[in-house]
Amino acid sequence: MNTITMQTTLTYKPINLGRWIIWGMFALILIIAPMIFNKGASLSILSQIGTVMIFGLSYNMLLGQGGMLSFGHAVYSGLGAFFAIHAMNLASAGSMWMPVTMIPLVGGLAGMFFGILFGYVTTKKSGTTFAMITLGIVELVFACSLMFPEFFGGEGGISTNRVYGEPIFGVTYGPQIQVYYLIAFWLFISTIGMYAFTQTPLGRIINAVRDNPERVEFVGYDTQWARYLTLILSGFFAGISGGLSAINFEIVTAENVSALRSGGVLLFTFIGGVGFFFGPMIGAIIGVFLTVMLSDFTKAWQLYLGVFFIVMVMYAPGGIASLIMLNLRVAKYGKFGRVWPHLWKTCLLALIALVGIVMMIEMLYHLTLESVNGTTMKLFGSMVDTAAPTGWLIAAALLAVGGFGFWQTKKGFSQVWGEVSTEIEEQIRRAGA
Amino acid sequence: MSELSLELKDVRKSFGRAEIIRGASLKVPKGERFAIIGPNGAGKSTLFNLVSGRFPITSGDILLNGESIVGLRPFEINRRGLSRSFQITNIFHRLSVYENLRCAVLWSLGYKYSFWHRLNGLKDAHERAEQVLEQIGLKRRRDTVAGLLTYAEQRALEIGITIAGGADVILLDEPTAGMSRSESDAAVELIRKVTIGKTLLMVEHDMSVVFGLADKIAVVVYGEVIACDTPANIRGNQKVQEAYLGGHAPVAEAGT
Amino acid sequence: MEFTLITLLNGLSYGLLLFMLSSGLTLIFSMMGVLNFAHASFYMLGAYFAYAISGKLGFWPALFIAPLLVGVIGAFVERYGLRSVHKYGHIPELLFTFGLSYVMVELVQLIWGRAAVPYPIPPELDGPLFTLFTTTFPMYRGFMMLIAVLMLVSIFLVLTKTRIGLVIQAALTHPEMVEALGHNVPRVFMLVFGGGCALAGLAGVIGGNAFVTEPGMAATVGSIIFVVVVVGGMGSLVGALLASLLIGVLQTFAVALDYSFATLFAGLGGSIGPETFGYPVLKLTISQVAPILPYMLLVLILIFRPRGLMGTREG
Repeated sequence: MNTITMQTTLTYKPINLGRWIIWGMFALILIIAPMIFNKGASLSILSQIGTVMIFGLSYNMLLGQGGMLSFGHAVYSGLGAFFAIHAMNLASAGSMWMPVTMIPLVGGLAGMFFGILFGYVTTKKSGTTFAMITLGIVELVFACSLMFPEFFGGEGGISTNRVYGEPIFGVTYGPQIQVYYLIAFWLFISTIGMYAFTQTPLGRIINAVRDNPERVEFVGYDTQWARYLTLILSGFFAGISGGLSAINFEIVTAENVSALRSGGVLLFTFIGGVGFFFGPMIGAIIGVFLTVMLSDFTKAWQLYLGVFFIVMVMYAPGGIASLIMLNLRVAKYGKFGRVWPHLWKTCLLALIALVGIVMMIEMLYHLTLESVNGTTMKLFGSMVDTAAPTGWLIAAALLAVGGFGFWQTKKGFSQVWGEVSTEIEEQIRRAGA
Repeated sequence: MSELSLELKDVRKSFGRAEIIRGASLKVPKGERFAIIGPNGAGKSTLFNLVSGRFPITSGDILLNGESIVGLRPFEINRRGLSRSFQITNIFHRLSVYENLRCAVLWSLGYKYSFWHRLNGLKDAHERAEQVLEQIGLKRRRDTVAGLLTYAEQRALEIGITIAGGADVILLDEPTAGMSRSESDAAVELIRKVTIGKTLLMVEHDMSVVFGLADKIAVVVYGEVIACDTPANIRGNQKVQEAYLGGHAPVAEAGT
Repeated sequence: MEFTLITLLNGLSYGLLLFMLSSGLTLIFSMMGVLNFAHASFYMLGAYFAYAISGKLGFWPALFIAPLLVGVIGAFVERYGLRSVHKYGHIPELLFTFGLSYVMVELVQLIWGRAAVPYPIPPELDGPLFTLFTTTFPMYRGFMMLIAVLMLVSIFLVLTKTRIGLVIQAALTHPEMVEALGHNVPRVFMLVFGGGCALAGLAGVIGGNAFVTEPGMAATVGSIIFVVVVVGGMGSLVGALLASLLIGVLQTFAVALDYSFATLFAGLGGSIGPETFGYPVLKLTISQVAPILPYMLLVLILIFRPRGLMGTREG
């Protein structure tokens, strides 16, 4: 007995050290990020990324860890946001005491409450039916939001001023940098919370439910109850992200509880990768980048987002995180050198084809939507006349060259990748035997 | 008269208009090892599904340790001390072997739906999982993802998940299906080891496994239990010979 | 009396339109286990194609060509898109159709712009069908109902009386066995998916000019047909019919009624004012509540009869 306990304590030590390093680096990155990205709008983008990260992580508790596809997660974050913003208004009017720092907690509790309420109905079913029900619930709440303007503010939503109460240590939350650090703080503790969840009995059982819900019943667990509890906790963290959103934007509208926003978090989380804990965080970065920054450059950003998503579903359903981890695994086994030559060629040719397609889409958008302003547009830095054939010919040429080249190199790449993967799997199998 | 772990009283099950189980009765005393044999399609797996709560019965009664478990959901039956394995391997394919076993012990150790315990700090869950891991001989594959195991290893894990929770009544549905001779022998040894002091019901087609393990054999034909006796007596049973061999019975060579 | 009758007829026509949409969805789901999130987008596509074709060739050619085009596109999508995702499971399939719905709306906006397009009712069908007391029932609504009923009957006949229909019915529950018997099941899947999309396209052709043809039309009707499918019972055509009619009639009636709890109490002699507790809820008229009725029905069904009205296949 003694040797076993000695062994267990000994093996835990190295993991602990790694854990401190990872969380430490995370905290460090959060702290110094605004100093690195210090251009004008960067701070507001970082703040947004922060809230969407919490939202995506809470969503992945359902999708990645529990196998529950929800089309209505914005209900919890949105209602959390509404409760938070009302709390802020009440607090600044003096009717109740709630410092801004604690507002996200109000959002979290609201999210949790609605998780308890709606979760009871939604978790009665699983799989595709569950997904449809969540869509019905979000549409229900969204439609309700237009029916109760007293609470939801009607078309204009509810606004607030986040600067109220006595400043603590000079912090008023007026400047964006202070809001960023508030978000970073809540992001840090929420991430710890959600990661800790994955290391609890419920966290592991919900994984088992994802893999084989029937079997779970035969080892003594009620799958519906496991899903229900997980949804409640997920709603709590979603509510926190909603509360932070209310603080950040100082306005909450019906859009916060819409199917559109729910679809958005689904897209981002999936693109980031549902199979890894940090996947939604990558998804949040990409998602905010695409919606906020790309929309400044092109009107077709929604099309790009949709197509990008479809491509991921078809060819990389594990998301960006899985792509990173797969390549890391190849590197770990020392085989990256063989893959690299094929990889960069395939990527380059895909990029060329992509430029061609983007050109065509941009020109088409310009023609149909903006032609009243003239047919020339700025494309990749130079002026192009969309009505003239030159631009189209160049685009078509790029597409043809890139497409054909990609098709050729893809074969070689797939072959090498397949070989390498089989070798690695053999090594793993042999290591165990 | 030892008490009965499991009792089936005139159990009937119809799927639509097809009556699959047509009045099956069985008495399983505590601590005995029963083998359930019979021709294909006789309803053996269906009986398991009825007992473990996967399907509801149409009429009749099933008693576990003297209490009726009719109408209970699988997890309720499991919590009363009955655990079953599946003919088609039913494991958690994205979790490691160790995690599979740990999930199987959590309820029995009382952790329920806790989200405040640190899983890796639960010594009893850890030790029990390691113990079962050792018993089923998959220690080398501890951290392998369950979906990547070989077929026989998955069958062993299947048994491991079934017994990990410490249930007293174990139902194994064709545990050696698809195994080679040597794999079957190893499985028989494993089953013998892990069911000491427990009540075991086992559906099997492999007669050497049956005769090696069982205290009693129950023969299911057409949804009824036509005979239930010691292996020696079953060998000579007229009805069994007719059911298996269609009435011609030189010597019912059911062993080797 | 006349109000009830006219509203009932309007509700039935709307319900039948919903059924045209949800029948395709139910068929695809029963067959392939995939819930086509983009179904409403094919509806939209049908309307836009009909607009484009009827502008050049007239309404009647559009009635036949547009659904066919949509069906071909649907088959294409199945063959080159959905099929490669099939191996990953049901959730990626659902996500694929989800992304597709997104992209289709964007493409439609790209080609036809963001504003509603003037897709007109053909002059031969524009006008009253009959007059009940003082309210007229438009001919076009009658035409819609006719098409819907014809479609219903032909689906029934195809599925039960033709050979391909029998194969489809068998493949509904046992695709592998049907394939083992020598039928080209992947081709059957493609046919059913294309057929389901064609039905949605047909609904778009006749619905697009009765209601409005704009990029947002997919979203408006999209969630409701999912409610129809869940309420009717996943995988049941009869259930989808019942649920469509129920929701169609319910919503049409609700939109026309201007009563609220407040008016009820006022009628009973009580007085309700802004200071009364719960006034925001009490003052809501039924017509204001109408948009959420389908979703309330969904929640109620899930609590009291989770398998739907006539549920067969589990989600």
